[in-house]
Amino acid sequence: MSNIPVSAVINGDPVEFLCRADQTLLDALRDTLGLIGTKEGCSTGDCGACSVIMNGRLTCSCLAPAPEADGAAITTIEGLADGHRLHPLQDAFLEGAALQCGVCTPGFLMAAKALLDRNPDPTEEEVRYGVAGNLCRCTGYDKIVRSIMDAAREMRENVPG
Amino acid sequence: MHYAAPASVEEAVGLLSGDPQARPYAGSTDLIPQLRGGRPEPSLLVDLKNIPRLTDIRSENGAWIIGAAAPAAALTEHRELTSDLPGLVEAAALIGSDQIQSRASLGGNLCNASPAADSVPALAVNGARAVIAGPDGERTVPVTEVVTGPGQTSLGAGELVAELVIDRPAPGTSDAYLRFIPRTEMDIAVVGAAARISLDGEGACRGAEVFLGAVAPTVAPVPEASDLLAGGPIGEEGLRAAAAAAAAACDPIDDKRGTVRYRRRVAGVLARRAIVRAAARAKERP
Repeated sequence: MSNIPVSAVINGDPVEFLCRADQTLLDALRDTLGLIGTKEGCSTGDCGACSVIMNGRLTCSCLAPAPEADGAAITTIEGLADGHRLHPLQDAFLEGAALQCGVCTPGFLMAAKALLDRNPDPTEEEVRYGVAGNLCRCTGYDKIVRSIMDAAREMRENVPG
Repeated sequence: MHYAAPASVEEAVGLLSGDPQARPYAGSTDLIPQLRGGRPEPSLLVDLKNIPRLTDIRSENGAWIIGAAAPAAALTEHRELTSDLPGLVEAAALIGSDQIQSRASLGGNLCNASPAADSVPALAVNGARAVIAGPDGERTVPVTEVVTGPGQTSLGAGELVAELVIDRPAPGTSDAYLRFIPRTEMDIAVVGAAARISLDGEGACRGAEVFLGAVAPTVAPVPEASDLLAGGPIGEEGLRAAAAAAAAACDPIDDKRGTVRYRRRVAGVLARRAIVRAAARAKERP
């Protein structure tokens, strides 16, 4: 099994690493690059805990062979905050108590970011569909949905102009 | 296991022909869970997404040509395609979550050969053809001839589905797809029903195509639908007869998702609703 060289841009930084064909992007992020904010849940694309944004599209990193990262631009949960300043979604999740055990939280935040990137003013129903690929066994979803709505409002109100 | 991302169809076919254990893939949304579930590992993964022709969506000579590896999200974002083939696009949009939509493709949905594949009934009612590339060149076959049974296709050694070709619908023609699952999102069809209805300028039905999913080993046609509905405006009598024909066209299994009796009943209901929905859309595009 030969190692495959990969050049990617992850959270804005150029990154080079080696991977194998039988590794997923999730394996590469966590085990090779130490980006352990992205969580492993089901490993079959059902739970969304491993969600990242790859080339502008929300993706389960457990479903992408790692070599696909070559040439890709990837945003993980580590790229969401601006230094020590949390993203409005992260603030809203804290404020709204939208997490308990926290394993699903990075995936929910990335799904919410992907949703708000393309739809800054979603209805509650659109939010619920936007996170339909993310499972949470703790919160019952209500606080997550409300927090995403709160963050969306906050982000709309703070847009310059 | 090795990985290759060829840049052309010829290169992909070369890789697949040279290695019987190689496997082409687009989104790997079925492939990776299958490997996790214990299926034998291919020797080589052939990623088809770097082949521009396979991810392109274009209209040419009166037909839509959809790259077999184009993600479902690219279909739903394509306004002209959605306007022309709303039923096909709504079928593709039902496949999994947003995360899955970013990767899952029509070619993958077809070649995975699940009886419950959502996009296949919608491709079938639209008379879609699959352009199959292989070591002997390219051939074009109706999509209904690609899947031969659960998990089985008619693709030969070294072959892959490159494109799906669908004639642009004539005025007064449109399609619809409905799926029944026991929850709102993220489940596999208990029954799927696609319809394509053509109306004339007076609103009379000129033709109907109906195909069912998840109720037989492959998509099930309802060939009587056209005779039962054509000739006049679509009314209660024709809809009842078409629903009964759809229920009779099923050859379902009993499983945890539904019994044979339940699936037959739901197939009739969904077929009727899909016909009504396609007819309403057909009326909107005179």
